[in-house]
Amino acid sequence: MRRGGREYALWSIAILAVLVVALIPVIWLISLSLKPTDAVADGRFLPSDISFDNYKSLFEGGIDNSPFIKPLINSILIALSTTVIAITFASFAAYAIARLEFPGKRLILAGALAIAMFPPISTVGPLFDMWRAIGLYDTYPGLIIPYLTFSLPLAIYVLVAFFREIPWELEQAAQVDGATPFQAFSKVIVPLAAPGMFTAAILVFIFAWNDFLFAISLTSSDASRTVPAALAFFTGESSFTQPTGSIAAAAVVVTVPIIVFVLFFQRRIVSGLTAGAVKG
Amino acid sequence: MEASAQRHPAASERTRSEHRLAWLLCAPAVIAMLAVTAYPIGYAIVLSLQRIDLRFPDQSGFVGLDNYGAVLSSDLWWTDIFNTVFVMVTSVAIELVLGMAIALVMHRAIFGRGVVRTAVLIPYGIITVVAAFAWQFAFAPETGFVNHLPLIAEDMDWFGGRFSSFAVIIMAEVWKTTPFMALLLLAGLVTIDSQLYEAAKVDGASAWQRFTRITLPLMKPAILVALLFRTLDAFRVFDTIFIMTRGAQDTESVSILGFNQLISRLNLGLGSAVSVLIFLCVLAIAFLYVKGLGTRVEEGRPGS
Repeated sequence: MRRGGREYALWSIAILAVLVVALIPVIWLISLSLKPTDAVADGRFLPSDISFDNYKSLFEGGIDNSPFIKPLINSILIALSTTVIAITFASFAAYAIARLEFPGKRLILAGALAIAMFPPISTVGPLFDMWRAIGLYDTYPGLIIPYLTFSLPLAIYVLVAFFREIPWELEQAAQVDGATPFQAFSKVIVPLAAPGMFTAAILVFIFAWNDFLFAISLTSSDASRTVPAALAFFTGESSFTQPTGSIAAAAVVVTVPIIVFVLFFQRRIVSGLTAGAVKG
Repeated sequence: MEASAQRHPAASERTRSEHRLAWLLCAPAVIAMLAVTAYPIGYAIVLSLQRIDLRFPDQSGFVGLDNYGAVLSSDLWWTDIFNTVFVMVTSVAIELVLGMAIALVMHRAIFGRGVVRTAVLIPYGIITVVAAFAWQFAFAPETGFVNHLPLIAEDMDWFGGRFSSFAVIIMAEVWKTTPFMALLLLAGLVTIDSQLYEAAKVDGASAWQRFTRITLPLMKPAILVALLFRTLDAFRVFDTIFIMTRGAQDTESVSILGFNQLISRLNLGLGSAVSVLIFLCVLAIAFLYVKGLGTRVEEGRPGS
């Protein structure tokens, strides 16, 4: 019994340590964002006074003058568009890979894997030049296209892993009943596959939401600049002070909803992140 | 059914239409993946063989391998390679140890597994740039709380020196990406038959012996897959360094060098040579791992 008590204490310490380390930056950002301007440099982990001025300044001036509203809208629309398109394309491909026998299947899987390892910086220069030539520079599609490319491998692998678990006899049953392959796919399989598609969608959304390299390389204005890039260009009251409080407030606004979402769907995310990893 | 499909002409027509359907379904994804990788890397090679500086457009022309010569003979490239490899090796090594510890906690804990899983997903959900700002503010002498902690000099200027900057950069990278490592390792851990541990226990093996003789060998494929994806990801390190130092104090990574040449200086020729060299480095790293893994890599999965 005494050994059990010691073990219990050790596990508690380990678990507590992980929890504290994971939460420190989040609490720190919330704390910084709530500090009044004259207390930002007080070096305290938690604020002694609370002020919402930093949040007010983010949204002041409406969409035209706020440094934050337009990038926030851009981030949401670009990440959502990427997610919808990527999941559509990836579902088609994953269905074919999981369900049909065809030459080139292994090549597509190997190619997707290769793209997952591809260094994005190697495409930034050519894309910068090409996008300026064809008018995609500083537009939504200019970011959605590279995000699509780099999130498709992840989406395809997650969806193939999920699709392989689906009871496909149901599809055959539908075809026996006279459904075309496409009807069997859309009416029978899509509803069954929805949980896997949702998981893949979360991962793709987080990928697009997180990107910084393409966002600062392929945009030049608030027309399409997303939040991570906008944060790097935030300016303070004068050009000599870093706007710590506003950055912290903006960071909290884009972080807390995602964390709540991630925690709510944590089982799905874990299964998606590890899909296929154990089949070796 | 399969056997009769080979013989029957109507069934073979069906096979062919199945192939067509499969290719049709894969086409959008394949085109979207190639459009922004194969074509641009080809274009980058073409650009890298020319003098193209958008600030001096009239001086453009074919220069052969001159850009590569210029990059490879510059001290900056080799400094940046050292920085990138240093951050990559250090952060991945720390992540492997921490990730394994967290995976073991999640796997073996008698309670609270859900809490740990919840906790490790927090860094995953945070934008890298945001995490970099959070740690930068925490360590900055003006705003931070770190210098007020015991054992740390109150006037420690973390971003004033090269290796103290690296310490903060590596810490931020480790914080952000250890969860991914831990989850991949946990996925490998759960496949190990628990009877092996029981048998070893009966034979008198210590906990450490059970870990080194059973867990590690059986997890080699999972560890290599996780290391492969994290190593390649760490080699591309950009966001954290850009936010924290912008490459000041000799902390520039190769990705930042490429960005500076391409986007800040608009020198597409030189920048493309850097891009192609980074691509070759990634190929070399992937090749080494794939040799170590054998064919198992195809069963692995892309990271995020």
